[in-house]
Amino acid sequence: MTKTYAEINQKIASGKAVVLTAEEVIDYVDKRGLEAAAKEVDVVTTATFGPMCSSGCFLNFGHSTPKMRISEAWINDVMAYCGVAAVDVYLGATQLRHNDPANMYHPGEFRYGGGHVIEDLVAGKKLQLFGLSYGTDDYPRREIRTLFDINDLNQAIMVNPRNCYQNYNVAVNVSDKRIYTYLGILRAKMRNMTYCSAGQLAPLLNDPLYETIGVGTSIWLAGARGIVYAQGTQHCSLVERGDNGVPVEGAGTLALSANMKEMLPEFVRGTSFKGYGVSLALGVGIPIPILNPEILRRTTVRDRDITACVIDYSEDYPQKTGKVLARFNYEELRSGEVELLGKKVPVTSLSSYNKALKICNLLKAEIEDGRFLLSEPSQRLPLGQGMQSLNITGPAR
Amino acid sequence: MITKKIYLYFPKSETEKPIVYHLVKDFDLIVNIFRAKVTSEEEGYLSLEVTGTQENIDRAFIFLGGFDVVIHAGNKGVHWDEGRCAQCGACVVHCPTGALSIVDRATRTIAFNEESCVECLACIAACPFGACSSAF
Repeated sequence: MTKTYAEINQKIASGKAVVLTAEEVIDYVDKRGLEAAAKEVDVVTTATFGPMCSSGCFLNFGHSTPKMRISEAWINDVMAYCGVAAVDVYLGATQLRHNDPANMYHPGEFRYGGGHVIEDLVAGKKLQLFGLSYGTDDYPRREIRTLFDINDLNQAIMVNPRNCYQNYNVAVNVSDKRIYTYLGILRAKMRNMTYCSAGQLAPLLNDPLYETIGVGTSIWLAGARGIVYAQGTQHCSLVERGDNGVPVEGAGTLALSANMKEMLPEFVRGTSFKGYGVSLALGVGIPIPILNPEILRRTTVRDRDITACVIDYSEDYPQKTGKVLARFNYEELRSGEVELLGKKVPVTSLSSYNKALKICNLLKAEIEDGRFLLSEPSQRLPLGQGMQSLNITGPAR
Repeated sequence: MITKKIYLYFPKSETEKPIVYHLVKDFDLIVNIFRAKVTSEEEGYLSLEVTGTQENIDRAFIFLGGFDVVIHAGNKGVHWDEGRCAQCGACVVHCPTGALSIVDRATRTIAFNEESCVECLACIAACPFGACSSAF
């Protein structure tokens, strides 16, 4: 029994598609059996909501009178990259605000940065643009300061080189000093542990071998219709996998893009990590077309079938030793406590299962209503790809 | 006996007065201070819980009204903004009293029980979304 994208889209368009969330499909297949369920179910919705650096956006301001070729720009005092074109800038999610003391007084608070500017833009707030230029014959203006909101921009396109990490490290701190990381505050002597994955809801854990999610896949990006435009940076599919094909570490990633003017503020949130920096948490929903029973079977993956590696972020992570302290599955992690090296350690998540579940249901409703059609990828994501290290070469100083 | 949470804001002029002493001595209140920073010649604040009879608490409030302090009755110094909370749960392990906890394990919903909060402020540092804030 197989289906095509066209057949599924026809059913969606006529409002007859059977859509389940990645959570619902587990029990459904248990009850109905794989073959029967594969006939009945057309789409499974997956989602994730968590902080993810490697996000940003292209903004086009339109031209002032007289015109200006902006060479340096700050939005709410957060610097945007101007080496694009006269009034095009790229604002990165992890950019700090001008004069942020960073970690000069450790640990820094990082209350506002690129991620927060992106949040404020989507929320429709008024922001301040300050720009400088050296002035040219055709673009004589040398300085600009003005308020604007997202509606004043010609385009506001989110372009995220890396999102939806397939799986991720679980962080712990074995040292005797508290540390501050992008996986949160880690107390000394393994007194807490953090992870960041939607587990059984996560897009690439439901399609571990990239059979349906590829370049060109239509996605739900914070409520906007978006697209997977490339493999994500650091996409590294050549990793250890369980019997179910599910990787036990980072592995695949996706590069995503969508129109920020269509986004919902609830799912675009700037984040501040004490002692680390700023980032952006983003809601992503990806539909998986049930083309055959095998694809359906992979979407029935449960938290207990997905394993992640515990890494010491005080030494092994920064020094790249590759040491793994232990492995746990997401059911164990989600229970809130695991035993590591003979010690009971409380576990919390930075990824929001609650929001991911909400996104699964929002996307499900859109597909059921015939408002979201699926697209067949034009390219598959590479399966046998490794990751390079940066080797320091050149004259020693 | 009833318990009320209040926080007081002290302008410079009132920081040298022994207000808590009078709350205990004159109005027979049981005082539980969560946070305080009242140094002379500076502004200050005091976040506390008072327990006593309704009558004594009412009288104490009148007494406090005689000073140039701002009284925030019923308010805690720590605020959890449900709208900003992304329900990730990162705070839970850092909250020593379980005031922030997962109340629905199936949907992983977080809630804040103000009654259990002792204003240690650990959640403010731990929350990446800025959902927890301090009034001072």
